[in-house]
Amino acid sequence: MKFGVVVFPGSNCDQDCFYVIKDVLKKPVEYIWHKETDLKDFDCMILPGGFSYGDYLRTGAVARFSPIMKSIIDFADKGKTVIGICNGFQILLEAGLLPGAMLRNKGLHFICKHVYIKVQNTGTRFTSLYKKNKILKIPIAHNEGNYYIDKAGLSGLNKNNQIVFRYCSCDGIVSNEFNPNGALDNIAGIVNEKGNVLGMMPHPERSAEKQLLSDDGFFIFKAIERWLKTK
Amino acid sequence: MKNMQDTYRALGLSDQEYKSILGILNREPTPTELAMFSVEWSEHCGYPRSRNLIKILPRKGKYSILVGEDSGGIIVDDLAIVFKMESHNHPSQVEPKQGAATGVGGIIRDIFTAGARPIASLNSLRFGPLSEAYNKYLLKGVVDGIQFYGNCVGVPTVGGEIYFDESYNGNCLVNAMCIGVCKKNKLARARAQGAGNAIMYVGSSTGKDGIGGCSVLASTVFKEGEEKRPTVQIGDPFTEKCLIEATLEALETGHILGIKDMGAAGLTCSISEMASAGNTGMDVELDLVPRREADMEPWEVMMSESQERMLVCVKKGKEKEIGDIFEKWDLNGVVVGHVTDDGIVRIKDKGSVVAEIKAHALTSGPAYDMPYKKPETIEKLNLQDLSRIKEPKNLNKSLLMLLASPSIASKNWVYEQYDHMVQTNTVVLPGSDAAVIRIKETKKAIAATTDCNSRYCYLNPHRGAQIAVAEAARNLVSSGAEPAAVTDCLNFGNPEKPDRFWHFKNCIEGIKSACEFFNIPVVSGNVSFYNESPKSAINPTPTIGMIGIVEDPKHICTQNFKNKSDVVILLGEHSDELGASEYLKEIHGIIAGDAPKLDMGLEKIVQGAALEAIKNGLVNSAHDCSEGGLAVALAESCISDKEKMTGADIEISSDIRKDALLFGEAQSRIILSCGKKAVEKIRKIAQKHNAPFAVIGKTNKGYLKIAVNKKEIINLPVEDLAEKWFLSLRSKIDSDN
Repeated sequence: MKFGVVVFPGSNCDQDCFYVIKDVLKKPVEYIWHKETDLKDFDCMILPGGFSYGDYLRTGAVARFSPIMKSIIDFADKGKTVIGICNGFQILLEAGLLPGAMLRNKGLHFICKHVYIKVQNTGTRFTSLYKKNKILKIPIAHNEGNYYIDKAGLSGLNKNNQIVFRYCSCDGIVSNEFNPNGALDNIAGIVNEKGNVLGMMPHPERSAEKQLLSDDGFFIFKAIERWLKTK
Repeated sequence: MKNMQDTYRALGLSDQEYKSILGILNREPTPTELAMFSVEWSEHCGYPRSRNLIKILPRKGKYSILVGEDSGGIIVDDLAIVFKMESHNHPSQVEPKQGAATGVGGIIRDIFTAGARPIASLNSLRFGPLSEAYNKYLLKGVVDGIQFYGNCVGVPTVGGEIYFDESYNGNCLVNAMCIGVCKKNKLARARAQGAGNAIMYVGSSTGKDGIGGCSVLASTVFKEGEEKRPTVQIGDPFTEKCLIEATLEALETGHILGIKDMGAAGLTCSISEMASAGNTGMDVELDLVPRREADMEPWEVMMSESQERMLVCVKKGKEKEIGDIFEKWDLNGVVVGHVTDDGIVRIKDKGSVVAEIKAHALTSGPAYDMPYKKPETIEKLNLQDLSRIKEPKNLNKSLLMLLASPSIASKNWVYEQYDHMVQTNTVVLPGSDAAVIRIKETKKAIAATTDCNSRYCYLNPHRGAQIAVAEAARNLVSSGAEPAAVTDCLNFGNPEKPDRFWHFKNCIEGIKSACEFFNIPVVSGNVSFYNESPKSAINPTPTIGMIGIVEDPKHICTQNFKNKSDVVILLGEHSDELGASEYLKEIHGIIAGDAPKLDMGLEKIVQGAALEAIKNGLVNSAHDCSEGGLAVALAESCISDKEKMTGADIEISSDIRKDALLFGEAQSRIILSCGKKAVEKIRKIAQKHNAPFAVIGKTNKGYLKIAVNKKEIINLPVEDLAEKWFLSLRSKIDSDN
């Protein structure tokens, strides 16, 4: 079992993801430079957070043309596991691996703080270790996390049970008041139709150890490990 | 000659300095040479008016220290912790977003050019009152610049401070600090070594931006801001992020013999200072310097402060290997010259020599002893009788007003815009006494804070500076750390004016005496003079950035009360003083009196007792008393964890007037909370240290109540405290005045 962490120029959570897999989950992991194209050794690819290419254009809009993205699409098409966190999620949207788009946060500010999200779908390979409606304490850190999708798209997401996480209060109330960035329907994370590609704005790698206030995010990585073991 | 006089004067050189240049060269300087002298001898690079004083600062402490060319630090086990703080005041006043952004970028480069990975940033910001629209624009712009640069570059902004005071009207302060860590055998120096080795230029291309930034912006009194905007540089954090990774990768090869950031004074500074530090010379061909603009004069290339560039001394024969690393990150990495052994910096442009100067002559500019004189106004303010000030009838109202004061109120509006968690090391988040950053693969952590009460320094510079050091140490101790080392960022007015220089001299002597007393070395720093608006100088502001070492994660302590029936303890003593307090300023509109008393002996034993109690696992929270005094500190301990707010019942017996007791800023006080069983153990520790100890109450569900001599004078629900503290700054920023 091997994890890969993609490094785009401007990625800045690549080392954090690498550390979580290597030192917390204690599984093999390697960095993969964005110009590489060979992913045959890998079982799970992580697209980390950061500011790929500075995000001077729309977030993720340049990174999706990196040579590695074609291979990531093939990798995903084969049903292998892909997780995009923050900027990684934005890149997955730009690459068309996940539906929808990101707008600027409703307050027009970068937001970095702990929020709460509710696990809406425990049937995925990423969330199998959570109980339904489990509330996770987890940080966000982004400028563009205001998820948008058109009406038909939203009903598709709902119908296929693709909405994995929604922003909520510490006791699980999903409402506008507890929506930090204006994301449609409080959406914090979604999977593709097949359920093998996850995109999420909050950072599970920043909440994978008790010392960092919460280890709620760790169980996403643990669930992937379990899924890869049993597959 | 008249023409030449106009030119060198416009560049900030005096007649006498120009004479010295003629003596050094034995001829008239070329335009390029004149420009090089002007920047290297400017206040910003050469420190002519501060050098004689700052060399008295102590360099010894518990840990062995390292002082590099561009930063300093300490050695802890096999690790080097490198850190420095630097000002970017005038650029931020002119163009707040880019000014602050490039301040962050510059200080980060100083850290990774030492071979250390930057692991945390802090910043100390000061503005005029938010009642003026321009100050609001400055605050928003500066915060935007810090988040724009810091978030993208992937270095967490973990702490700092923000103050508002009339004296910063027309001259805000932006002091940026960065901390980095590496194995001690990986440290890099900013030296050009070994004749024949290559000099490479790496990073962004050179443009016309920022020309004269350091001589024009940083070394004269500020007049009209607008016209100086072209001298502000533009930051590109994405390039910097790539530059960090490429540089650290290149340093890993072992082929780099010296490396220096092109910050203030750009190529001029890096060329002359690397040669001077290595006791070598350097031949550089300007035609080889990557440009982003055509038609640049040689002096413009030498003076440009385009960002995200560095000069590197590379072993001969390894140029390609190093160049390839930078190319991988889409950065320039080209040879522009080589090291020589004649001690001369020789700059060529289109085949002809445009500058030829001894490196040492550039880097050993003049040093002046400036005249100083105590201003009479200070004496008068010190002696003002404060006992006649009327005590407010409603002290609840006073407490709420203080919690809403922008200097005291929570800065969450600011730090929530900074990525303070990237790199996953921030174990104490912003909003406590100090930030704590773990060092992965060790048990240790670094605590860091910045501190300076400039009102104290204005009214009593010597003691004010001592208090800045004492308070920084107290913040670290309250977080469970042993104070280890200081970087100072010294912001003052025009040093040519004796009253301003009196403040400077006394502050330096204050820092020296306090650092010596507490055995804390000053390992790096920066001087920023000429911080004046047309109306006045800023308050003297010697910002102290201090780091401490947490030996074990179990020692980490935060300021908020944790449980609902813990005992509240005060280490230290109340005292009957109101001078220089935030209370006097906010409630009575008075800036007068003397800075609070400071007994450094008492400070040491209070800190010693607190740290021992914390290390023994007896303490649930620790918070130092600073601006706003005891009452504000207690309120902050009640509310700073928004999700678990706790009240407190406090009872004190004292003859001190009530407002002084609640809001006076007596030093050397730390509020602890602990479980019932720990009280006697803490008392014993306090006795052992001879530290004043008093049980002053216990925590409760939801009210802060303070009774003095059995009479209740404060009674407020924690929600009311929280509303003022958390929302006031935000609503002041959002309001339209």
